[in-house]
Amino acid sequence: MSTSMVSSVEAARRKRAFTIMTLLFVLIVIVFIISMDTGQLKLTPHEVLRTLIGKGDAKQELILFQFRLPRMVMSLLIGAAFAVSGCILQGVTRNALAEPGILGINAGAGLVVVLFISVVPVSGTIYLLPLLALAGAGGTAALIFSLAYRRNQGISTIRMLLVGIAVAAGISAAMLVLTLRLNPEQFKFVQVWLAGSILGTDWRFVLALVPWLVVLLPLVFFKARVLDVMNLGDLTASGLGTSLNRERLIMYASAVGLAGAAVAVGGAIGFVGLIGPHLARRLVGPQHPYLLPASALAGALLLIISDTFARLYNIPTGIVVAVLGAPYFLYLLMRTKGSSS
Amino acid sequence: MVQSHSFSEPERPAVTIQSRPLAAILLLVGGSALLLLSAALSIAVGAADISLATVWESLVHFNPDLTSHQVIHQLRIPRVIAGALTGAAFATAGALMQGMTRNPIADSGLLGINAGSGLLLAICFAFFPGMSFVHLLFFSFIGAALAAGIVFGAGSMVKGGLTPVRLVLAGAAVSALMLAISEAIAIHYNVGQELAFWYAGGMQGVQWAQVKIITPWILGSIVVAILMSRSITLLSLGEDIATGLGQRTGLVKAIGALLILILAGASVSIVGAVGFVGLIIPHVARYLVGVDYRWILPCSAVLGSLLVVLADIGARMFNPFAETPLGALIAILGVPFFLYLAMNERREL
Repeated sequence: MSTSMVSSVEAARRKRAFTIMTLLFVLIVIVFIISMDTGQLKLTPHEVLRTLIGKGDAKQELILFQFRLPRMVMSLLIGAAFAVSGCILQGVTRNALAEPGILGINAGAGLVVVLFISVVPVSGTIYLLPLLALAGAGGTAALIFSLAYRRNQGISTIRMLLVGIAVAAGISAAMLVLTLRLNPEQFKFVQVWLAGSILGTDWRFVLALVPWLVVLLPLVFFKARVLDVMNLGDLTASGLGTSLNRERLIMYASAVGLAGAAVAVGGAIGFVGLIGPHLARRLVGPQHPYLLPASALAGALLLIISDTFARLYNIPTGIVVAVLGAPYFLYLLMRTKGSSS
Repeated sequence: MVQSHSFSEPERPAVTIQSRPLAAILLLVGGSALLLLSAALSIAVGAADISLATVWESLVHFNPDLTSHQVIHQLRIPRVIAGALTGAAFATAGALMQGMTRNPIADSGLLGINAGSGLLLAICFAFFPGMSFVHLLFFSFIGAALAAGIVFGAGSMVKGGLTPVRLVLAGAAVSALMLAISEAIAIHYNVGQELAFWYAGGMQGVQWAQVKIITPWILGSIVVAILMSRSITLLSLGEDIATGLGQRTGLVKAIGALLILILAGASVSIVGAVGFVGLIIPHVARYLVGVDYRWILPCSAVLGSLLVVLADIGARMFNPFAETPLGALIAILGVPFFLYLAMNERREL
């Protein structure tokens, strides 16, 4: 009897989660269609449709296929990657504030980019940036892991957070000194990049990002239950036989891979990683098998909306994300009951 | 909802109040002596080196006709006082926050203070170029207060009361918002580098007028903080325990938040966003004197002063003419030590 009750609760939960995810997906499709029409040069839905089936003029084709679509696809992917990365980190660290920035990803990527910009002229080398940013992010994350690792204890989450903050602070300081020496043109480029601007006028960036998501997202979704177990607390988790440190390492590494790849092409769009999972958790609850895909959808939706505005007004996407997301986040915070101390 | 203070690891025992009063007293006395010494050194060192004898001479027999005496009185003394005050203020604010929110990574940037100050500065740089320093100071403080006010206000409107995690979350959201708007302004009006220079932190232009404005606020707040330190210790054990022991936690948190606002707001407005002091010094203090905030708060104040005064000396010695940003220098000093603490982390909050 009790098992059937549990499973009926579970079934109801699953049904609700799937309904919400379908809803999110439909919303994404609607925004995607609107976004195709919007931009500095407006296309009517009719023109978009005609261009899509290959009957537009050359200019419309150029705008849609070479500029608008790659950037839109990219913002969907980046949003999903950041949000899932944030969701993993919030789960593993059991810290509601955790986001990819904690792993030093933004700082590491930023430092390498600033270093590069300060020695090489801005123009003409833009295609190297994603690669460098990814290297910087990965290197910093590896540094933080190795500093936080203890042979007998593995990686404790609080040590990880503290080490991450220390390393990020050190890198920011170095970056500050470097940026003050840049000339105004270089400074502006770095500033815009760090504020999160999608370098998305090229399908090659999309191609660079897709493999990471194709490999990592299924892996993470497959491992979702592990995060649920971790949420029970270390003692319970090891009691239940999860080999905690190995699982943690896999999860951290996935989070780094996702966020690192996203930063590489999108700059430091930090807020999605924080707000995407919160939004998803509010919608589908704390079970990771639903939470992770819902986070991906929420992040993708948030970013494509933000990027549509960003294109319209020609400002970095990260800024729009924060301006749209922060008030909503505050509202969310005030609405929810103060049960979670 | 995932919680931030469920950090405790299984092998760690429950938190008990362990303090080392002897170490604390030694630290307070030794630290103050060292602070005086560094202050003297700070007055002597700079683009124009002045002997300690001249420093002493200018203090006891001030002669307005001597350039060195003028430099000491008009530039060096306000600078060292500002350094000591802001250092103490940042550290005390950080200790208060870490105790109140039970969050080891809380610092002055967390309540949106740095971001709020940055936003108003960006507005000033963009729309009122060439504004005087004292006015900038004023607006920077207004911005800090505004941000902290929103954070605290939004936090209080939460159903079920203002909890540490919510305060921190609200701070993160408001910070992100303010930072984004100031970035947008900075990029659009091309004032980013100006803003970065202010933010980098430094005390090159500190004048007596500013020192006089902030001194009573900072000193007063530190005194109040120390007076209520017992309540902070109780809060740091957890809200339930504090309430169980009969504490009016709401009142304590409200006063604490106000103190943090004044301390950090005043400091940011003078030296820019030098965040690392508030983050690292309370950790050092806890490490040295235990987890009783009656000792942590005064020790943090002294250590914070010492750190900023020493770093300011470093900033001038390192490169006397193009001074290294104070914030960066403190990070260079602080990061390795903080790393050491983090890597040997034992929960002592």
